[in-house]
Amino acid sequence: MQAQPPIAHLKSKIILYLPLIKSTQTSLLLLTGVAGFLSARTMVNWVHFWQMIPSLFLAIAGSTILNMWWDQDIDMKMKRTHKRPTSSGQVTRIEVLKLGIIVSVIGVGWALLLNWLYGVVVFAGLFFDVAVYSMWLKRRTCWSIVWGGISGAMPILAGRVLAVGQIDGIGILLACAVLFWIPTHTLTFSLKFADDYNSAGVPTFPSTYGEAVTRFAIALSSIIAAVTMGWASVWIGVTAGVLRVIIVLSAGLFFLAVTTVFRPSDRVNFSLFKYASMYMTFAMFLIIPK
Amino acid sequence: MKITSLDRILLFITGLLAGYQIAIGIDKMDSTSIIAYTIAFGVILVAGLLLIILGFEALDSPIVVIISTIIPLTLSLGLVWQHLASFRSPYLLFTIIGFLAVTLTRSIPIQNKLPIITIAITHGIAGMTIFLLPLILSFQGKVNPLFSLVGIGGALIGVLGILLSFLKTGKPILSRDTIMRVFPILLLLTTALFVAGFKYG
Repeated sequence: MQAQPPIAHLKSKIILYLPLIKSTQTSLLLLTGVAGFLSARTMVNWVHFWQMIPSLFLAIAGSTILNMWWDQDIDMKMKRTHKRPTSSGQVTRIEVLKLGIIVSVIGVGWALLLNWLYGVVVFAGLFFDVAVYSMWLKRRTCWSIVWGGISGAMPILAGRVLAVGQIDGIGILLACAVLFWIPTHTLTFSLKFADDYNSAGVPTFPSTYGEAVTRFAIALSSIIAAVTMGWASVWIGVTAGVLRVIIVLSAGLFFLAVTTVFRPSDRVNFSLFKYASMYMTFAMFLIIPK
Repeated sequence: MKITSLDRILLFITGLLAGYQIAIGIDKMDSTSIIAYTIAFGVILVAGLLLIILGFEALDSPIVVIISTIIPLTLSLGLVWQHLASFRSPYLLFTIIGFLAVTLTRSIPIQNKLPIITIAITHGIAGMTIFLLPLILSFQGKVNPLFSLVGIGGALIGVLGILLSFLKTGKPILSRDTIMRVFPILLLLTTALFVAGFKYG
């Protein structure tokens, strides 16, 4: 058999590795980091900004790859994930582990060199995601999603920390907004793919507390996310016009959240899930302009 | 009829225009007008996003009739509040009663024609206000002639409202497919006319 030329080999590897970083999720988390940085509304340190993007991207991507490595057995049992390169055998487990460690170390190391506090927050995100959420709690309790949420909230806090040099109230509020937005995402998935999670033996809110409680939790977390985002926006000092748009978008989220409790259906759940993602994306863009 | 990528793009642009209007286009008005316009354009913005997510099937929901009443009512209230000071209180009362009447007649099962008559009166008055008031004010020279674009937008959204209302009552003027095909274009055009009318008028 003829060996592939190096460039073709590298290209095929990149194509194979891309699904390991869950590009949509990573991009959205990176966007929150950028929004957190620019929310400071000080003179932008472009050297920091352009180094934050790759360092944060690598840290988020690294933790996602390490999650894939750890959860390979679960992914193999679930219809939704069994085609992932890790579970379909396209890449070996050891290869994924090596890749995850390399990408994570570069990302966190770069972050620490850039600013120690920023680096600590970035590392905390990775640690909570891989060690606490995936390795320790995911297979034990449905409340593991709280730690998944905390880790997802770290990029926006990291961005803010890099811009202002400290952990401030706005940064914590922004992190809380993301933290409460994440259950909308994860709990909707656990409702939609309840059978999958059951067959993989992963405890979820629907399997532990039932669908009604899960829907209520989704609605409540969406509302708290919207209120926290609005509060952070006011504190950041957005214009009255931007605040009006945030209120309107929050009203839409509130409407869907209430509907999902009182008129539950897969369709409403799905629309809340999608709308919440759109909401967070728009909110990130809205808090940026001075 | 399935929603296409082009439909989604058109709805997204509509949402952006509505968002722009809420954020920038109504800044220098009095608070009641700001609230009224924010609600009107807010419904357009959120409805646009929900249509992108759910597709045209979202329009089959019975709540659509109630939600779609909010747009003409609040838009016309904003116009009256801004330009017809002596009619402010009566029109505010009409807006509240109109909305409650539509909500009630759509929530309680009623066999007679009361729900349709209620909608016709509410949409009729609000629609004519949006259509005629900007045109009259423009002709009288009280506002920039381009403000009449708001009236043209009002006429368009009125057409859209009539098409959807008759479709929902089971007596469609045009086929469902045709209405859905033109819906995103008409909604975008309407919103663009409103935004341009308020900006340059």
